[in-house]
Amino acid sequence: MSATISTPDPVRARGYFKNPWRRPRFLQAVTFGYLLWSMLPVVIAVIFSFNDGRSRVTWQGPSLRWWTGDPTNSLLHDTAMRTAMAQTYKLSILTVLVAVPLGTLFAIGIDRWHGRPARSANFVMLLSFVVPEIILGVSLYILFSSLLKNVVHLGTSAQLLGLISYQISYPVIIVRARLLSIGPEYEEAAMDLGATPNQSIRRVLLPLLTPAILASVALVFADTVDDFVTVNALSSSANTETLAQKIYSAARASPTPEVNAAATTMLITTLLVIAGGLIFYKRFNRGHTSVGAADFTQF
Amino acid sequence: MFAVAFGTVDFNNFGTAVPYYAPWWWSFDTFNQTLSRFYEGTHIYQGPLLRTFAYVFVASAICLVVGYAVAYYTARYAGRYKGLILILLVSPFWISYLMRIYAWQGLLDTGGPINWALRPLGLGDVRWLEGNPVTVILGLVYGYIPFMILPIYASLDRIQESLLEAGRDLGASGPQTFWRVTIPLSRPAILAGIVIVTLPMFGDYYTNDLLGSTKTSMFGNLIQQQREATGGATRAASLVLILSVIVLVPMMYYLRETRRQSEQA
Repeated sequence: MSATISTPDPVRARGYFKNPWRRPRFLQAVTFGYLLWSMLPVVIAVIFSFNDGRSRVTWQGPSLRWWTGDPTNSLLHDTAMRTAMAQTYKLSILTVLVAVPLGTLFAIGIDRWHGRPARSANFVMLLSFVVPEIILGVSLYILFSSLLKNVVHLGTSAQLLGLISYQISYPVIIVRARLLSIGPEYEEAAMDLGATPNQSIRRVLLPLLTPAILASVALVFADTVDDFVTVNALSSSANTETLAQKIYSAARASPTPEVNAAATTMLITTLLVIAGGLIFYKRFNRGHTSVGAADFTQF
Repeated sequence: MFAVAFGTVDFNNFGTAVPYYAPWWWSFDTFNQTLSRFYEGTHIYQGPLLRTFAYVFVASAICLVVGYAVAYYTARYAGRYKGLILILLVSPFWISYLMRIYAWQGLLDTGGPINWALRPLGLGDVRWLEGNPVTVILGLVYGYIPFMILPIYASLDRIQESLLEAGRDLGASGPQTFWRVTIPLSRPAILAGIVIVTLPMFGDYYTNDLLGSTKTSMFGNLIQQQREATGGATRAASLVLILSVIVLVPMMYYLRETRRQSEQA
């Protein structure tokens, strides 16, 4: 018994390194450390939106002061915040309504249309994924503020155009990937059975594309709510500021937990939309769930 | 839309107040002046430019090391927790970037929790938010590391176990198999990850606005300042043009790789 107790540690340590089935403790520590590091600050920020005091780092007891309680500075009663929230959701909904149908048609277009123009169109779509957002934002700002000064006004319409041109690549890329995996057979079968090209698109292709279209709706909406650079470059006055801009300007001045509450609202919106999108996706996509998850993790 | 946006920068860039559309009327005054601020006289733009390169380099190196470890663990050892870990790895994409940086701002406050936690280590009160390069670099890592983890994870997940077993059968040790089988197989993903992480970092200005000061300002801050200044549009356009040239090479590399992969698939 005394022998087992006095077993020197180095032997065990060496045994650990020699054991080919050892558990990767170091990698495990890095991974869980990373996950904690990436999630904890956000969780803390959400919790502090319920702080009773003015501080976002010193806990002074729970309250709804910054959500509904305070008559002027709570999220519910602050007119500036309410304008910002309305602007955020207005832009997101309009962007989805324009970018997703347009992107879907575009994807079908470049799928059918071969040759150089289609290739360069596809190239432009990919380009907006990798170009730093500030380049697009400032370019459009200069375009709208000097060249098209009397055509497009800075503010909602400029923001909308900027967001659409940035976000349209989501539906294009997702729908196109889906088109490639569907292949032309279903449509050809429909036309063999007597459908016109339009009918085969409407009654065969679109139902098959529904999961991809829903996924793009969720992605575009969530990404637009969170967008800051484009929207900021193209806004004109306080009336067209979004929640993200409010968070930015407040963070540079003296933020109260009201900002945390505003950020939490954005967080809940995007997570609900993404979760909803995933659920619908799975329902429409029975039997292909692994592909579905891949579409979402791609970005 | 893109062609117009970029084209306009070109046109507008060389005009002073009115944009000139015809290339033979272009005036290169502002552009040259902007360019000379990088190396002539007080070279006020040189600092931000060099800082941008240094920060982006260090931050993407950290992203690569940490990101590879996390991706490797998730792909090879996560077991039944894989789904959960993947959800946690993807979720930063759906949380506003600004909110994530804003959350750090509170934590790093001089009287905040991070300093409180560090106090027993005898570090004293660190002034994180007053132009500390460490804070800005960690902020960049924090913001963009998910873009590194996911492509690497995807490629590691595709590596067949039999290839690694073949490596061991042929006499390689564990680390040798890693260096000579795993790393080469995941090289495209590593390069793609580096590009996709560095590109947005070059244009980033909000991380520094929230976590740093003018002492740590980056290229994106220069553009943003000029855009907000009255009459700065021409200079902002010149700076955007210079930035586009800087990011052009990695961007084209990424696009070519993506196309090659989609053609193979």
